[in-house]
Amino acid sequence: MTNADAFISIQNVNKFFGSFQAIEDVSMDIAKGEFFSLLGASGCGKTTLLRMLAGFESTSNGEIFIDGQAMSDVPPHHRPVNMVFQSYAIFPHLNVRDNIAYGLRRQKLPKAKRDEMVEEMLELIKLPGFGSRKATELSGGQRQRIALARALILKPKVLLLDEPLGALDKQLRDQMQLELRALQRQVGITFVFVTHDQEEALTLSDRIAVMSGGKVLQVDTPEGLYETPRTRDVASFIGNMNFFNGTVRRNGSATGAVEVEGLGAIPVPVEQLTKPDETPVQIALRPEKFTLSAEKPAADLTVAGKMDNTAYLGERSHHYVAIQGREEPVAVSMPNLGASDLGQAGADVWLSWSPDSIVILDAD
Amino acid sequence: MSGTYIKRPNRPLQIYAVIFLIVLYTPVLFIPMFSFNDSLYVRFPLQGFTLQWYGELWTREPVWNALWNSIKVGVVVSLISTLLGVVAARAITRYRMPGKSALVTFIMMPLVIPGIIFGVALLVLMSRMGVPLSLYTVTVGHLIVCLPFAVATLLPRFEGFDPSMEEASADLGENGWWTFWRVTFPMVFPGVIASMLLTFTISFDEFIMAFFLTGTDPTLPMYIWGQLRFPQEFPSVLALSSLILFVSFALVFVAQRIGRVGLEDEL
Repeated sequence: MTNADAFISIQNVNKFFGSFQAIEDVSMDIAKGEFFSLLGASGCGKTTLLRMLAGFESTSNGEIFIDGQAMSDVPPHHRPVNMVFQSYAIFPHLNVRDNIAYGLRRQKLPKAKRDEMVEEMLELIKLPGFGSRKATELSGGQRQRIALARALILKPKVLLLDEPLGALDKQLRDQMQLELRALQRQVGITFVFVTHDQEEALTLSDRIAVMSGGKVLQVDTPEGLYETPRTRDVASFIGNMNFFNGTVRRNGSATGAVEVEGLGAIPVPVEQLTKPDETPVQIALRPEKFTLSAEKPAADLTVAGKMDNTAYLGERSHHYVAIQGREEPVAVSMPNLGASDLGQAGADVWLSWSPDSIVILDAD
Repeated sequence: MSGTYIKRPNRPLQIYAVIFLIVLYTPVLFIPMFSFNDSLYVRFPLQGFTLQWYGELWTREPVWNALWNSIKVGVVVSLISTLLGVVAARAITRYRMPGKSALVTFIMMPLVIPGIIFGVALLVLMSRMGVPLSLYTVTVGHLIVCLPFAVATLLPRFEGFDPSMEEASADLGENGWWTFWRVTFPMVFPGVIASMLLTFTISFDEFIMAFFLTGTDPTLPMYIWGQLRFPQEFPSVLALSSLILFVSFALVFVAQRIGRVGLEDEL
């Protein structure tokens, strides 16, 4: 009963360590050739799920299918997946060539063919001529590439990556992100990538599963996650977000669909409004979706406030604006396009926004 | 002032270390000293330099037999105890199991239990079971003495390497058997050599177990013990003891050096 498009299908998987439940009823499908990320804070179960795909952890119940084949009885060394470990796990007693060729032993290739394949891999990871180097002489970034080559040379159906960029410094990490994405497009293998870095996940992935407490909160494209998060956890995990309490009040019109604290009765995207009248809901609005101005703008949707404080970040500034009827100031992010006329703390300002920038969250 | 706070030269500590070594090794140094003394009697003043006692050893058939017995026992003990040590160290470091620390304590226990107790216990057991005393029974006794040393030498090796190395091997398509030979064994190999050298030396020098469990074929320490009854043989005993001292010291020194290879610059 696997989905026809699904290359990897995870179905109702649970994992218990003693009485601790590390994975709670996770189901998802991953398509062939996809760059798929598991994103979450440490301890959310993302690494456990990855290790279950690799076969290092068994599923307590549920089933994982890879390319239509059930995996529960398949040991790690027979699975069509390869992994890049967080520590890279480069064998220190072997040189670079023997590290990359490690998995080829069972194919019983002639030495010349084997060396040729290794050289191809070294080209691919941009380390040509490194074959005879000792593993202990490599830098962090080089080890990371060797670990990639060692896995990719076996042409796995799926490549699993466990926070492979975590140990690198910022500059190298940015460069490796670009290379990793280009490499994935080049080889066309399905990548499952574990990270706690939301920016990294947004940059690299076709789709992302946001995990928390062993559960998958939402699976979506980076844009989908950012623009239409389903829950408060997802919304606050990715980027910054203002949350407002509101109550559904359609009043038979297209406007005034939700009564929101501090903002009044405001229109919301019709397709998001599924709850009956008088239901309390949570409204989310990204800081950069607001426009801030010193004069009252012509826009319909606007509310007066007082500047609370401002943080200057170079390309943009974060402003915090106090509005009536709401305790917490509203966070607003504005690009620094030119000289600002927004004034100091205490100045009168106007907030405006467009109706389709509003997200109505599911109740958590 | 050179060096960091902790690495600064410390004069009292240096003096203490020198005194420590003198107290430890002075008694032992008398043995080689008198083995070159041209007199039957161990007393000052020294009578002059001679290699006579070493020459006598060379021509003595029982010495060679005892040496051969000790080597046979030592080699078998070092192989078996190291093999068991590898298995034990791997199990201790790789598997989650209840009562692990208690298990390690029990494995290390023979280090502190008096040899005479183990010797008597084994002697009683062997005679109850009707097993005649021989080099085999000595080997069993030595295994008990050597196993803790093998485990103690190998444990840091297994603890010192990242378990994801073995997972990486499995991930790359190797089963448990090949993973052991291609990854685990090469990485713990220096520890294996160190363990074999150390356990061989311990077995080679061991006396108490051999005293209780030897049949008609003596090991080298047993031979020395036998010769102590004959005063005229004493200088030869000193010569033999000096040789054993030297070989033991060399083996343990080498074992220590090899055991540390690669541990400091581990990935």
